[in-house]
This record gives sequence, structure tokens and C-alpha cells, in this order.
Amino acid sequence: MGGYGDVQLLRDDGLRLDGRKLDEMRPVSIEAGILPAADGSAMVTHGLNVAVAAVYGPMEAHPRKIQRQDRAVIDVRYNMAPFSTGDRIRPGYNRRSREISKVTAEALESVVLVERYPRSKIRVEIEILAAEAGTRCAGLTAAAVALADAGIPMRDLIVGVASGKVEGIVVLDLDKAEDNYGQADLPVGILPNTGEIAFLQMDGDLSPDEYNLAMEYNFKAAAEIHEIMVDALKRRYEGGEN
Amino acid sequence: MSNGQNGAELRLVTPGMAIGPSAGIRVGSGAIAHNETIIATRLGWVKQLNNTVSVDPINSAYMPRSGDLIVATVAEVRNNLWFMNINGPFQGLLPMSLAPWKVEFGAARQHMGIGDVVLARVQEVDECHNVVLTMKGVGLRRLTQGSLHSVPINHLDRLRGEGNATLQRLRDACDCRIIVGENGKVWVDGNSEGTAWARQAFDLIVKSGHKNTFEADLTALEKNAPKNGDA
Repeated sequence: MGGYGDVQLLRDDGLRLDGRKLDEMRPVSIEAGILPAADGSAMVTHGLNVAVAAVYGPMEAHPRKIQRQDRAVIDVRYNMAPFSTGDRIRPGYNRRSREISKVTAEALESVVLVERYPRSKIRVEIEILAAEAGTRCAGLTAAAVALADAGIPMRDLIVGVASGKVEGIVVLDLDKAEDNYGQADLPVGILPNTGEIAFLQMDGDLSPDEYNLAMEYNFKAAAEIHEIMVDALKRRYEGGEN
Repeated sequence: MSNGQNGAELRLVTPGMAIGPSAGIRVGSGAIAHNETIIATRLGWVKQLNNTVSVDPINSAYMPRSGDLIVATVAEVRNNLWFMNINGPFQGLLPMSLAPWKVEFGAARQHMGIGDVVLARVQEVDECHNVVLTMKGVGLRRLTQGSLHSVPINHLDRLRGEGNATLQRLRDACDCRIIVGENGKVWVDGNSEGTAWARQAFDLIVKSGHKNTFEADLTALEKNAPKNGDA
């Protein structure tokens, strides 16, 4: 999110460098139930991002000090594989992955009916296999599909999408160049059926009008991704009618 | 709204999806009422029975209920009790007073160690989800032979069939003793061919128990059963 220099991010014809319109999303595909050992799993391909999420549980929460007497604890671990970016990244937990794990867990806690499983733990593992801006959103979407696949009761699915600002113009779903050299980034977690926002972060500055436009783009994209999520879950069990 | 799984209309819903208006209809498991609308909370099939709408989940964790017959594994041993893995979100507790033996304080390990498998019954589940098991009862015992298999909870009804008919067919075909725990753990005791066949049958039930072709598939599998093959 530099916003400096003279990197051109919009073409003269008004389109973006990869040929997308301002309110156009990168292609998204979702597959549910890819890991047989997990209770629920999903893989989300969002542009060049590849996120895999696995859900285990609900299970006995260990160590016991993390147990909550009235609800389940959602334990999220977000991790980027060392080979996920062009330059190899150092494996293991870092400040960024800790932060994303925390905000993802808090977003998921707002949709999962955690009060159904007191004193237990639901483990969500998010692994980013390929990264190209927007991995926290792809990871959140994958986690939501994996939770639904695991049969965890939720009041809604949750969709991760992002908008931002490049060259003073609001655009939907930033790619790597736009994320690095743009002026703002606004990732949000949206509950598509209720229209609620489960998490929102903003990096950079947006005017109120720009913010409203970015959120309009985000809601539009969330509706599209939600359809793909539902389709992925239904596809997993297609042919199940008797 | 759906007429249920046996009706003409069959609906697969995902969490958050509106099932229909809640006016005059009771909300069952797997759904909640919100803003006069019934909303699914699980991935599953919509079921309507006796004016109650519920969602029959495709995948779910075992929630213990009092009276359930389960196959449990010892997870921890203390001086006077065992913590049992019941394949659910909570561990079960088997106090020595509810074991089938006379256990002295401190001698729990001599009767059962970590990894031992037992057939037990859920004695009590309180509001805090503390699960107490008992091994006092007819047939409840430590399982010292045979093998343990897992079947998803939502497939147990298909495994048993109407009045345990399917389960009896499996028992007859593989010539094994089969005990189905409510917690999705299935104990099979017999020779290795019979056990291997039973495992194939469980896989078939999980993969195609919900399909129209299941009956034909099971009949075809029965023809390869060790008992039939030997005869």
C-alpha cells in the first residue's frame, strides 16, 4: 500500500492493467470437501490466490484454561506457505499471520452458533498455497465453506471481499500491483443473507463517498461469491437426491 | 416449503438460507427463526414433519444424550475415574462406581488403560454438557477383541435400516458380530474376511446410502460376502 511513485495502474482506456473493469472481480472458484481427514474442508481460488481451509471439531478444548463455560472457542491458524509468493517467505508464525488469525477467528465467532458447544474448541486451519493480494479474504471465504461442510451450525455464511483505491479511483478486488502501489485497501467480511459486516479493516484513506462506493462494490462481489459458495457446497452432495 | 425427504420436493440448504415464513410453524433442529423467517443453520436437507421444519444435516458431530449406547475409548485415567473419548465435542466421564468391577481407589489403571475400548451407556448429560457414562447394565463391557470403525453420525440410520433390517443383513452376510454405537463408532468382531467385507459395506453406506441405487449396490456386495462365497 505504497501510493508513491509513478506506477501506472489504470490504462488509458479506463480499464485496469489486467483488463478488468473497475467493479470487476478476479475469477473465483470454490471446491468443498477436498481433505478426507478433516471434518470439513474447502479450497478457494481467487485470481491467483489459492487458500485451503480445514475444520476439525468441535472437540475438547485443550489446554483447559482456554475453555469457555458458555461457548466454544474458535481457534484459527492462518499461514502462508513459504512458496506462496515469488520471494520465498520465512516459514512459521509471524505478526501478520497472528493478526489475520485473530481477526478471522473473531469474524467466524460472529456467525458460528458457538453457544451450542460450551467448553469445546473448533479448530480452523487456513493455509495459503499461492498469494496475490487478498489472501485474508480468500482464507475467510474458505473457512466459512469448510465450517459449513463440517456441519457446524452457523447463522449465515461469511464472504471475504476487498475494494480499494488506485490512482484516486475506487476499484473492486485489488490485485498484487494495485495492493502494493494503490492508495487504500478495504477488506471486509460480509454476511450475504443478512447484509451484516463481520469484520472490516482499512489501510489508507478513503473519503466518505469513496468508502460508500467501495462498500457498494464489496456487497455486489459478496453476492456473487456467495452464489459460488452455495454452488460448491451443493455440488459436493449432488446426486444425493432419492 | 419442502415436504421432506420422502416427498416430491427435496431441498438442500446451506447456513443462512431462508427456508420459509415462520408463522404458525415450529422450528426444529438445524434451523432458527429470525425476523419471521425460518433460516437454516446447517448444510442439509429440509424436513417438514408434524408442522415442524428442521434441517437434516449432511454432516454433524455426535451430541450425547442420556441413554445412548456408545463405543468409547479411554483417553485419560485418574485414581478413581476414566475420561473417555466418545467421538464428540466433550469427553465422557466414567467413575469407578459405575464400572462393572469393584475398583479400589488408585487401581483404575489395573482395569482399563489409555486406548482400551468399551461398550458403555450415557448415564447423564447435564446443562454444562458434562457427560457421565455407565458400564453397569446388560451387555456393557470392555471390548477386548474385534476392530473399531467409524461411520458418520448422519449415516447411522441407513446403516441400521428399518427395524435394524440392514444391520441384520450385514451381520448375516459377513458372519460377524456388529455393534453400532450412537456416537458413530462401530465395533466388528469376526474373521478377517468378514471384517474386511463389513468395512466395504460401511463405505458403501456412507458413499451411496442416500441414493436410489443403494439397494442394488448392497445386494451386489452381498453376493461377494465371505459367507455366501464359502457356501
